[in-house]
Amino acid sequence: MTEIAKDRSMEIQKEMLADHYRRLEDAPKSGEPVVYTFVPGNLNELVRSFDALPVFPEINALQSAMRGKSAGYIATAEKAGHSEDVCSYVKCDVGMARSGNVGPTGTRLPRPDLLLLSYTGCYTFMKWFELLREEYDCPVVFVQVPYQGDGSITPGHRAYVARQIRETVIPALERLTGKPYDEGRLRESLARSARAEEDLVAVFESAMRRPSPIDAYFGAVYYVGPIFSAFRGTEEGAEYYRTLREEVEERARQGLGPSTPSGVLTRQKYRLVVEGPPNWTHFRDFWKLFSDEGAVVVASTYSKVGGTYDFGFRHDMEDPLGTLADYCGGCYTNIDLPGRVRMLADYVERYSADGFVIHSVKSCNSFSAGQLTILREVEKRTGVPGAFFESDLVDPRYFSPANLKNRLESYLQMIEARRGAAAR
Amino acid sequence: MNRAPSPAPTRVAIVDWAAETAGDLDFSAAREWLAEDPSRRAAGYLPVYAPREVIRAAGMLPVGVHGGGDRLEIIRGDAFYQSYICHLPRSVIELAQSGRLSMLSAMLFPSTCDVIRNLSGVWRLLYPELYVRYLDLPQVPERAIAADFWESELRSLFLDLCEIAGTRPSQTRLRQEIRVENELRAVIGRLYRLRRDAPEKVPTEELYTLLRAGEVVPAGIFLARARDYLAAAEAEPGRKRDRVRVVVAGAFCEPPPLGLIKTIERAGCSIVDDDFLLGNRLVAEEVPSDGDPIRELAEAFVRSARKTSILYEGRAEGKRELIARRVADARADGVIFASASFCDPALLDRPMLRAGAEAAGVPSIAFKFAENTGQFQQFRELAGTFADSIKLWGKT
Amino acid sequence: MKTFVGIDLGSTTTKAVVLDEEGAVLGRGITNSRSNYDLAAEVARTEAFVSARFSLLRAGVERAAGPAALDRLLRAFRLEQRLVQWARLRQWIEASAPRAAPASLQSALAATLEELFARLVAEEEERFRGDEAADRSDFFRDAAGSAYARVAQEIADPRGVTCDLLIGLYDHSIIAVENEPLDLGFPNHIRAALARCEGAPGVAEAAQAAASADLEIAASVGTGYGRARLPFPKEQIRSEILCHGLGAHAMFPATRTVLDIGGQDTKAIQVDGDGLVTSFQMNDRCAAGCGRYLGYIADEMNMGLHELGPLALESRAPVRINSTCTVFAGAELRERLSLGERREDILAGLHRAVILRAMSLVARSGGIADEFTFTGGVAKNPAAVLALRNLVAENYGERRINISADSIYTGALGAALFARRAA
Repeated sequence: MTEIAKDRSMEIQKEMLADHYRRLEDAPKSGEPVVYTFVPGNLNELVRSFDALPVFPEINALQSAMRGKSAGYIATAEKAGHSEDVCSYVKCDVGMARSGNVGPTGTRLPRPDLLLLSYTGCYTFMKWFELLREEYDCPVVFVQVPYQGDGSITPGHRAYVARQIRETVIPALERLTGKPYDEGRLRESLARSARAEEDLVAVFESAMRRPSPIDAYFGAVYYVGPIFSAFRGTEEGAEYYRTLREEVEERARQGLGPSTPSGVLTRQKYRLVVEGPPNWTHFRDFWKLFSDEGAVVVASTYSKVGGTYDFGFRHDMEDPLGTLADYCGGCYTNIDLPGRVRMLADYVERYSADGFVIHSVKSCNSFSAGQLTILREVEKRTGVPGAFFESDLVDPRYFSPANLKNRLESYLQMIEARRGAAAR
Repeated sequence: MNRAPSPAPTRVAIVDWAAETAGDLDFSAAREWLAEDPSRRAAGYLPVYAPREVIRAAGMLPVGVHGGGDRLEIIRGDAFYQSYICHLPRSVIELAQSGRLSMLSAMLFPSTCDVIRNLSGVWRLLYPELYVRYLDLPQVPERAIAADFWESELRSLFLDLCEIAGTRPSQTRLRQEIRVENELRAVIGRLYRLRRDAPEKVPTEELYTLLRAGEVVPAGIFLARARDYLAAAEAEPGRKRDRVRVVVAGAFCEPPPLGLIKTIERAGCSIVDDDFLLGNRLVAEEVPSDGDPIRELAEAFVRSARKTSILYEGRAEGKRELIARRVADARADGVIFASASFCDPALLDRPMLRAGAEAAGVPSIAFKFAENTGQFQQFRELAGTFADSIKLWGKT
Repeated sequence: MKTFVGIDLGSTTTKAVVLDEEGAVLGRGITNSRSNYDLAAEVARTEAFVSARFSLLRAGVERAAGPAALDRLLRAFRLEQRLVQWARLRQWIEASAPRAAPASLQSALAATLEELFARLVAEEEERFRGDEAADRSDFFRDAAGSAYARVAQEIADPRGVTCDLLIGLYDHSIIAVENEPLDLGFPNHIRAALARCEGAPGVAEAAQAAASADLEIAASVGTGYGRARLPFPKEQIRSEILCHGLGAHAMFPATRTVLDIGGQDTKAIQVDGDGLVTSFQMNDRCAAGCGRYLGYIADEMNMGLHELGPLALESRAPVRINSTCTVFAGAELRERLSLGERREDILAGLHRAVILRAMSLVARSGGIADEFTFTGGVAKNPAAVLALRNLVAENYGERRINISADSIYTGALGAALFARRAA
């Protein structure tokens, strides 16, 4: 029964995506306007309230990697003068654009009618859109979301973002679509977002149970897919999260673990918290390293890059632009280091984790610069030892399976040995 | 303020002073200034840009923290950073962890890139007793929105710094420091123009060293030295040499080792424009010192900030034309893209800038360095070949 | 007697340690890791049991005939092992001779080989009689290679059986010898070894007792780089980090921090009072802080790896090396040499740079607590040890630094201890 239930949310998601990419492919004919934007700090409800279709370049990049295409795309970009040192998402995306722009489901992606740069938590986004602008001749709107440099979204920063949405983004979308801004529609959409967010948080928090019915990192990549992309605020999105939550709750009632590459992981030997994005070129291999050892991830920060909901934030239909500003400012990559340390320490404690793993990727300084300090601080606060793994997002040259396996095994055996000692 | 000794020191003496000051990893000049009056405070800032007039107006000494270069052995810093992150933060951490920054009461981290941004968080965790400020520069192209944002950031920064320094916020003081900063910009501008017009009179290794020294001493001292140096350089006859004129672009944050600059110039190139220590001239215009000083400063930034990789470029053409325009302004023959390894802003910009250079027929080469690079053979060969090829084919 | 075996399958050498029931080390064995991991493990284990049985007969022989007799017996035993290996090498070479040379040369070649092996065996016998110190640390491949090449040079005929031909035959055959199981165990060779020694009363009896002692393997644990290739069930495989920590603890019970710098990787490990690992860090894919870096430098300077340290110690004005990037190592070295800097000064700087990188891993793992143990191949390099001592003192103050002569067995010892715990 549960297998069927699990399949249902996966099937729904698959259909949603296929449908979205079909619409994108048809956009040049159907005339639906296309907006390229980014995951963290995206204004999906607003974009869709104008009946525009979003495309997310990071998602294209990670999907290209999962389909084994990234090495070639990166090589294309490096041949065009990009440095080996810089973000592989960018290079993968530039390479894809120059190789026919074929998206994750094999359909061709349309050119953007608008580049909406809502720039949260990573400067590379700014450069990325400057680079994309070289590929496409279309208007660009730039939204600056100030970083939470002192650990909070100040009222001034909130007002700054809301003002940009009001004075530049909305007029640009009006010009693009020829439609007036419809605040009523936006509010409805925000209300649907909040419902989906509520359900998603319930899914995340199910991992407090033993066994955890979900994997909150590898598995969560799928769970957050719709809400991080085109479906936050949509009917299908809200429906997907309702189904997902039911499925997870059913699995929890039956005392089952999540589906993993090693099968249904109900015997969970290690509960881990993970910081950092995954590697996409060897996603399943990487996951299998964990699941083969009986390790389940009970909380992760990566699943918060497109919105941090488990500390209370929900989209608020009563204050449409203010809530969008809060959303943008609150994405994980926009949180300062002390805040990230607090969050990880909180996860380790609240989810009764045996350990935490930092997966440091070469590409992403926003995540990686400072992670060694995070490691030390979280260890200090929780008394739980951490592990530090290194690879990359979508550049397969930086993934060394033997090296990662060695570290993970060593780490888990260390936890096991300490557990044995504590029991004696 | 002006405490320059008289008679004016010789050019050699100034250069020696600058080399000693810039190379002083213990920041003795700042420490001496602080020791003169126990109530004084100093604020450090990282590259690229920090509003130094605001720091001074609060009564604090701004101290540029540009890493330890090739003089500093990294013992602790590598424990904080993975191998794929640039060198600057590990040497800044090294300076701090070895106690060399202990005289600072505040640290400002401008929005240069994610590495420096996150370093502000590392600082909060390591030095919770210190005032740590992350400064988001205004990025949006809409000037009114950008200026309002930057004004409010500057205002809160100013109030915070006054509190730390124990001074009363004063408009008069702000205006006065805006004037000082205008003078600093003016003398730096004249030095750059002199080098552009007569590079044989202003070797870049001297100019660069002088500017590095200017980052760590009180403004009055630097002003006096810079003016004396300018006068001496202008007076010198100088011997025109057959050299290729180049713009060095991309080294705006992690500073190159002096050896790299020497290598480029000794390989037959005269540097006639560069990005070194760009923060000291990022605001290109004189800032009006009447009116509301903070507002004036914010507007001047938004109006006139030089185009650089750390600021969003609103127009595609702006990016494409940038190099050609710089080359034309400097009457240069070519461009050397010199970026720090793993420097995201510079390296992500490079393909666009190079394409623009290519489209305009501007010859260019590119390489990467680290602040502690110890070998220059490959740079010598590259720059030498570049100079030769331009001499043979490029100059019209 | 029950024994517990630990095997550490490293990328260059494979080590085995045998423990007795009380956990005391009974024997150690080492061999070079070949492409055949199973065999490398088997050879190391056989060696460890040879060494274990010698431990058993030690007291008896020493009581009966004194320490010299024990030493002589051991050397006789090594000689017997060596003769088996030479004989096997000769068989392989003779078997491939017909394909290696034209028919016209065959008889000359046969005669040359006859002389060559006669001389090599005679040298072995001579060394045994002459009481020369045994070359214990050398593997057959290394010792045999240099002896064979030397003799081949002497007797080769430039116009007939050339030195190249002889060396070619050796190169081809030594791999085969290495990759086949040879019985070099105790029971088969102790009798012949005894015959070579003038038997004092009691020696043969002690040897006999050791040979017939029942050394049952109660449990084995494998570790090291190639551990996944060992024919052990998963429960009998432990990470080298854990084994290293426990092994270092067994050698130096007060150790809290362990640094291991091997050829391929560097590990910084923190252990508690029971030898359990509490935190560890390993180098990333950059080889800057590993022994490999020194290997590149040795190649670049055309020196043996073991010569680097002693030369660096002669430095009086070390140069500061900023880049420990292996990619740039060669270029930086050449540039500095061309600037007239002294080799020893550059080398001293390089050693410090390598240790600095390792120290950053140590710092990441939690710093250096008393006592600190340094293991791995680089711990044998005196310049690296000096750089380490200086840096530890500069950064952490007074710390006791342990370096064991047997440090290469640390991982295998830890594995054996895990085997004993599990049993």
